[in-house]
Amino acid sequence: MKEFKGRVVIPGNCTAEAVVTHEGFNTLASMQMMFIQKKTICNDQSNRELYKKELQGKALCLPKTIGSTTGGMMLYTSAKLEKNPACLLFSEPIDSLAAAGAILADVWTDNSMPTVDSLGEEFLEAVKDGDKITVKEDGTVVIE
Amino acid sequence: MKMKLTPEQQAIYDGEQGAERAKIMKSLVLFGEAFGAEKMVPVTGKYGHLVTSFGLSFLTPVFDLVQELLDAGVVSKQPFSVDPYPLDPNVPASPLERLTWKAIYLKQKPYDKQLKKMGLMNDRAYTCTCYMDEVGNIPEKGDVLSWAESSAVVYANSVLGARCNRNSGIYELFGSILGFVPYYGFLTDEGRKAKWVVEVRTSKKPEAQVLGSAIGMKVMEDVPYVKGLDKWIGTELNGAAKDYLKDFGAATASNGAVGLYHIENLTPEAVELGESLIADDAKVYVIDDAELERVKESYPCIWKNPKAKPKLCFMGCPHMSYRQLQQWTEDIGEALAANGKKKVVIPTVITTSPDVLEVFQKSEEYRKLKSYGVVVSNICPLMYMDNPLCARKPVITNSNKLRTYTSSRYYTDSEILAQITGGDLA
Repeated sequence: MKEFKGRVVIPGNCTAEAVVTHEGFNTLASMQMMFIQKKTICNDQSNRELYKKELQGKALCLPKTIGSTTGGMMLYTSAKLEKNPACLLFSEPIDSLAAAGAILADVWTDNSMPTVDSLGEEFLEAVKDGDKITVKEDGTVVIE
Repeated sequence: MKMKLTPEQQAIYDGEQGAERAKIMKSLVLFGEAFGAEKMVPVTGKYGHLVTSFGLSFLTPVFDLVQELLDAGVVSKQPFSVDPYPLDPNVPASPLERLTWKAIYLKQKPYDKQLKKMGLMNDRAYTCTCYMDEVGNIPEKGDVLSWAESSAVVYANSVLGARCNRNSGIYELFGSILGFVPYYGFLTDEGRKAKWVVEVRTSKKPEAQVLGSAIGMKVMEDVPYVKGLDKWIGTELNGAAKDYLKDFGAATASNGAVGLYHIENLTPEAVELGESLIADDAKVYVIDDAELERVKESYPCIWKNPKAKPKLCFMGCPHMSYRQLQQWTEDIGEALAANGKKKVVIPTVITTSPDVLEVFQKSEEYRKLKSYGVVVSNICPLMYMDNPLCARKPVITNSNKLRTYTSSRYYTDSEILAQITGGDLA
């Protein structure tokens, strides 16, 4: 078991299975097919770690998001449709598109995604796909 | 709350102008605080630009939110342009693909009406290149903007010297509604400093789309200060240089998350402030011919049959300028003549804004391009490819942005030209 502490962007408690990318997460490219998928599956051909992996209900562990400025809106929509990752865990300080998505989900839906950033490179080195992740309100993230 | 609001902003936050405006203000405050913003500043640009142009059936949550605002009498304080239209019957498609679009973009007409009520500049203001002269949404240097659309934001910041963060869809509308945005990032002098020095040491003019891709992938969201590019595109921000930077910037923004770049001796802040824009601890990235080749070769091809004959070619993502339309007309005409052909051998669509198209349609070049079998459209190629049936087709493009977001395959301008005119791929 390993424990990390980050900065809380959206507070909340959550337990979920990890999916991990060490590259920037291209939100539009990854999630644009969620509307026709039963469960949200990563559709980004350039992300070799996540391509074709399930994102919905998972603890998405990533350095940051990249790509189109529709990114935040896609995250918000996924939350409103309940097709979102369970939580967002950033090794780096959060980027503007991801922050927009997480805050829109928090303020404008009933389906908030706990979001913690600045967990450090060590976090992404430690966490593996399938690990059980527990997120606490104070920004503590436990990997089991 | 850590952010200091003016009495007017505080009143909005406290709900004195209604629950919707209070929620918008709360969203902006939370957002600003995530980035250490201590205050809001007024949006000074004349126009906004929204990224969401498409009435995707499944984007109901976004349309519901817009309707909630309209029902409460909340509209944009400034007129805005919006990204390209997702549909055009002139673009080649099978009957089944057309039927699928109808299902995919079921909300288009209602959403168009929402945009009009919210503050759309005019019925032709659907383009990702709103900063073209013909469109007229051209910010002044130093203007604070509330825009989204990654390629437009990076252009406004870098080429025009405006100040805009990489806002997300919906957030750009929030800023245009309240007329305030959080003060952080690219709005500040410090946030506009370069954390990377990129040294271009190529033996020929680098392909804008590959150079942008390489830089985007390397620097991600950081600001690059590019040296050595003025050797190839000059030191004057003329039409050709602006077109190059439009395509270059779109690739940096989509292949990475670049929102601002400086080109030594060319872009306004680089000319004005020079190397003082470079942060003390800036890293260095050297780009030579081999590096560009490595980056280009790294693009995966996800066609079912990688050797399939292309069924469609898209060019103009971001939308082409009038000058680019003229240039492609000339290039295609010459290549067809050289290859003994009258018409393109792969259905080809070139995209541009409705305003540029309106002017171009009156030109001799338009007549020629049509005679070559090329369709000129104001569609968004990305939205076209969102149709799962189209996504299965082998589509080629010279846009690195389109490559990134769809199954289309990237080729350089000369490779595209050879393919569509029946020439040999070098």
